[in-house]
Amino acid sequence: MQDSKKKRKKLIGNFQNDLYDQCLQFYGQPPLENISLTEFETFAVERLKLLKTVENVGVSCGKSSEQYTKKLDAEISSLNFPHRGGISEYEKRRKDHISHFILRLAYCQTEDLRRWFIQQEMDLFRYRFNCLHSKHKTDFLHKNNLKYETVSAEEKKNLKDKLIASSYGLSGTKVEEHDVYKVPFQDALDLVRTRKVYLLAGNAYIPHHEIVTIVLNDFRTRLSKALAMTARSLPAVQSDERLQPLLSHLSHAYVGQDYSIQKNIGKISLEQIDALSGKSFPLCMRHLHKALRENHHLRHGGRMQYGLFLKGIGLTLEQALQFWRSEFVKGKVDADKFDKAYAYSVRHMFGKEGKRTDYTPYSCMKVILSNPPSQGDYHGCPFRHSDPELLKQKLQNYKVSPSGINQILELVKGMHYQLACQKYFELTHNVEDAGFSLNHPNQYFTESQKLLNGGRDIKKEVDMSQRSQENPASVTHPSQANSKQAHEEMGDLDSFFQDE
Amino acid sequence: MMPTSDYDPACLPDLLPLYYRRLFPFSQYYRWLSYGGVSKNYFQNREFSFTLKDDIYVRYQSFTTQNELEKEMQKMVPYKVDIGAVYSHRPSQHNAVKSGAFQALEKELVFDIDMTDYDDVRRCCSAADICSKCWTLMIIAIRILDRALREDFGFHHLLWVYSGRRGVHCWVCDDAARKLSVAARSAVAEYLSLVKGGEETLRKVVLSDPIHPFINHSLSVVERYFQQYAIVEQDILGSKESVDKVLALLLVQFPDVFICLCVSVKSSIKKGGQYFDKEIMLQYCYPRLDVNVSKGVNHLLKSPFSVHPKTGRISVPIDLKELNTFDPFEVPTISLICEELERPTADEAEEDDVKDKENEQEAGERRRIRDYKRTSLAKYVKVFDRFLEAMARSWKGEMLKKSGELETSFSVFLTFMSFTYT
Repeated sequence: MQDSKKKRKKLIGNFQNDLYDQCLQFYGQPPLENISLTEFETFAVERLKLLKTVENVGVSCGKSSEQYTKKLDAEISSLNFPHRGGISEYEKRRKDHISHFILRLAYCQTEDLRRWFIQQEMDLFRYRFNCLHSKHKTDFLHKNNLKYETVSAEEKKNLKDKLIASSYGLSGTKVEEHDVYKVPFQDALDLVRTRKVYLLAGNAYIPHHEIVTIVLNDFRTRLSKALAMTARSLPAVQSDERLQPLLSHLSHAYVGQDYSIQKNIGKISLEQIDALSGKSFPLCMRHLHKALRENHHLRHGGRMQYGLFLKGIGLTLEQALQFWRSEFVKGKVDADKFDKAYAYSVRHMFGKEGKRTDYTPYSCMKVILSNPPSQGDYHGCPFRHSDPELLKQKLQNYKVSPSGINQILELVKGMHYQLACQKYFELTHNVEDAGFSLNHPNQYFTESQKLLNGGRDIKKEVDMSQRSQENPASVTHPSQANSKQAHEEMGDLDSFFQDE
Repeated sequence: MMPTSDYDPACLPDLLPLYYRRLFPFSQYYRWLSYGGVSKNYFQNREFSFTLKDDIYVRYQSFTTQNELEKEMQKMVPYKVDIGAVYSHRPSQHNAVKSGAFQALEKELVFDIDMTDYDDVRRCCSAADICSKCWTLMIIAIRILDRALREDFGFHHLLWVYSGRRGVHCWVCDDAARKLSVAARSAVAEYLSLVKGGEETLRKVVLSDPIHPFINHSLSVVERYFQQYAIVEQDILGSKESVDKVLALLLVQFPDVFICLCVSVKSSIKKGGQYFDKEIMLQYCYPRLDVNVSKGVNHLLKSPFSVHPKTGRISVPIDLKELNTFDPFEVPTISLICEELERPTADEAEEDDVKDKENEQEAGERRRIRDYKRTSLAKYVKVFDRFLEAMARSWKGEMLKKSGELETSFSVFLTFMSFTYT
């Protein structure tokens, strides 16, 4: 009996040594060991912090910029995650492995959570893969059985010019010396979407240095499938009382306020909207409101973005219907057509039709990153989607000072769109510091109203001593993880994220 | 003589029943959407939506046989017919399916090019109007997209259809296309998009090194037509307002330089943004697609051979071999073909006597085949036939493959059985 137990332990030990011999992994196998609740919580919280940093740094700096590299490197080090394949990384790799699987439990439950989790894990993976030496990259491909078809030397020669013209950073010598892979275009969607690859007869021709994109695609597919499976086994996990509060808290922490539950329903009257649009609306909504008033119409993208925002500031369904109808009727739409065609979609927004999903107002991230506007559209983020010249004119019309405009344009140039909007807030409200970190149009509105109606909330300070308490190195009480303490620690987690 | 067949929307209630009874090419239509019977229930699980009189819209229509499709359409007399996805279950029974289990599985990859998306760069018309001058934009769009979908993406079975008023649709019917995910569809549409930005963006095309081969191919098409289209037909240098627009584009690139514009934009200043002349040509002429139409697997798109209620024109397939001479104003209207139906021909009177003895359905079928053949619709159904022929060859291949598999497993079974009985 003892013998086989020992053997088994040794086998597992060997298996894990093998598992952790690479800096990077695909998270194919779940961890098999027992861990303490404390470790469970700490690992999860730290990975979540890392993923949040990945998200924020990705939006405020370009993903291939020096700043991005520096900031991520710093965060990965400080949180003790595996880093550039250094020696004696066993503990870090183990943490990486376990924390990933814990977060799967927290983030598998809804479409939104899954999407967020997959996006950040992919960005993290891409970053770490790109940090590997070329040899380690090839090792990784072999170890994970990723066999991609290579193009023959002759075909490479024939296509050389076309390959060079399609891929950034590809020279004639590189084509000759390194492998070029041929995969069906469906496996290289990120490269196809941005037209960074040569396509012929349905195949994408990937140079060696771009192989990360293909690997990422693979990663995304696997993770997506795994999350779906995890969701199915979740009820069993959630019935464990020790885990349930932590998992639920983790999945709420990332999103902060999503404005799905309106606190001020019915407190705004339709007559106030014009005035409010000038005073308290972020630029995107002010723009949409103006376009609606001028054209008596908005296309679908604009209706969704603006309509959900209005819902978020407290408009009731009846008010919304009245608002949209009265405006559309002034244009080319008669009351009948409105009731037939557009009323349905307004009710849909409020969750009264179809799937009855209660749609949540779009966050800045969503507005900036998805559904860019095209001809005839007025939605999107003006700091992201408008020509700088036109943006400047608009700000001038809204009486923003020339120096203020310059500051905003600088931020736009650096792709810091949310910071630009925050600056707009500061300039239009005449304050030095907005006092919050903007990530949602409804947040802009709430903060503006707070400011204009007197009484600001005192900013929560997360001081250094609190921060060090969250550091795993100083957690030395393993068995005290009762739910009360867990709750207090969750309180710290909350304030940490509110400061983002 | 018959009066002129000008179309009047008020006549639709009278013309449509005739159209669906005697002209709509049901057997080709059914053949198309069954895709050779390679997948079981492919036709049965397809969603159709109808827009009926008074704008009543009904979704989740589905049919089990060609006959049922005909009878229903003849009964409901839809003003518009849209085609949706092939679902996991019969759409007409979707309410009986457990929530979440009813899924859109496959659909053709589709593109919708709408002339209104070009309003900022055409001077001859706006909104729903089109004319021969701006129709060139559609020719350019078709040439560019058709080449890319075939050569870059490897698709073979493309059906281009005139929408009936102001645009064209493309149905990519390859098996691989029908199985594409949402992400893949959106990636294809993005790859094909060059003109980006809404009202607030002046410079909508931005080119930088290296220029992708796809862009070069597209440029060579645009260059072929640009002189004729932009300078002559659209006369972009012919009015102050229009020149100002072109200048505004240039000024975005050269804010401090006073520009003297020559007659042809192509031979203008060469310094600074090196591709500005190409960018301008693309901004004026490159196809503008609505990505949202292409990316949804469950998106509903107007059916070929549907009637356009405002213009009366039939949504007909376009023969790419005759693309340069395709004239949207020559596309038959429902009133025209109904009128042509009424004109008797000499040989037909004879045939009718001879075939009187055969069974009614066959005679009905044959009469219907004869019917559309004597109208202007005939040549467009021929285009559709050729498209189906080409696809049928690939279905044959699929069926052979499948029956091959069946044969192998059957012979294994027989061998096993023979061993058991010895």
